[in-house]
Amino acid sequence: MTPVEFADKYGLRVIETGCGEERQIEGAYCGDLLSMVMGRAKENDAFVTVMANVNTIAVAVLADVACVILCEGIHFDEMSLSRARQQEVCVLESDEPTFRIALRLGKELGLC
Amino acid sequence: MSGLKWTFEVDGNDFTRAGEASSSLKKKLRALGVSPDIIRRVSIALYEGEINMVIHANGGTIDVEMTPDRIDMVLKDTGKGIPDIEQAMQAGWSTAADEVRSLGFGAGMGLPNMKKNTDEMRIESTVGVGTTVYMTIYIS
Ligand SMILES: Nc1ncnc2c1ncn2[C@@H]1O[C@H](COP(=O)(O)OP(=O)(O)OP(=O)(O)O)[C@@H](O)[C@H]1O
Ligand SMILES: [Mg+2]
Repeated sequence: MTPVEFADKYGLRVIETGCGEERQIEGAYCGDLLSMVMGRAKENDAFVTVMANVNTIAVAVLADVACVILCEGIHFDEMSLSRARQQEVCVLESDEPTFRIALRLGKELGLC
Repeated sequence: MSGLKWTFEVDGNDFTRAGEASSSLKKKLRALGVSPDIIRRVSIALYEGEINMVIHANGGTIDVEMTPDRIDMVLKDTGKGIPDIEQAMQAGWSTAADEVRSLGFGAGMGLPNMKKNTDEMRIESTVGVGTTVYMTIYIS
């Protein structure tokens, strides 16, 4: 499933499409401590977080995740979004808590 | 043998630009056809080192050299230095200030990530003088 398909199915907002129509979500990682994410997130994971700053986007690029999902109704600032645009990072936003998004990803990934 | 060389200046005051050296190197390596796994390891190691130069020192210089069989990265800053390198290398050890913790740094995982993603890593540091981190990743 692509990030944009996931967003459509579960009512998340697509803030930046980036490569979210081409890439497939193959796994998921939830975390807000960026170097923890850097060490553990895998390529093509959905990166689920509440940490909203430009470094979140940098980590998404370097760890090569499929998308960033920002939870709890938090928003990125314009600078972060313009970085995401430049680097073609798919950014989704949701009002739901991280755990609920994780459950939905788990279901789609056949993990629960 | 001398290979391709790049130098990046890291601005010590600007968090929003941290990550630029690693992003820029990532693009160059991709254009050169380096394998995705190597690019990922280089990117992660360099990003963590670059961020440390911003949050724990006042910026500095990164030199990268690539030959057919290896990528060498040297990160040099003139910051406060690391008093106990062995302690700093431990997962979870961090002296990060509250303001940078609120940006998502300070897990104490940066140096362990750098070690994990490189084949060789060495830190030279003198308190009050600065820190130099040497990292090597073998390509073949
Ligand atoms: N270039 C540096 N100059 C001075 N001190 C440093 C430098 N790099 C690392 N340190 C010291 O080593 C500690 C551990 O570094 P490490 O990168 O592992 O964790 P962190 O930067 O504190 O948190 P994280 O990387 O998880 O966001 C730092 O908290 C700091 O005290
Ligand atoms: Mg660090």
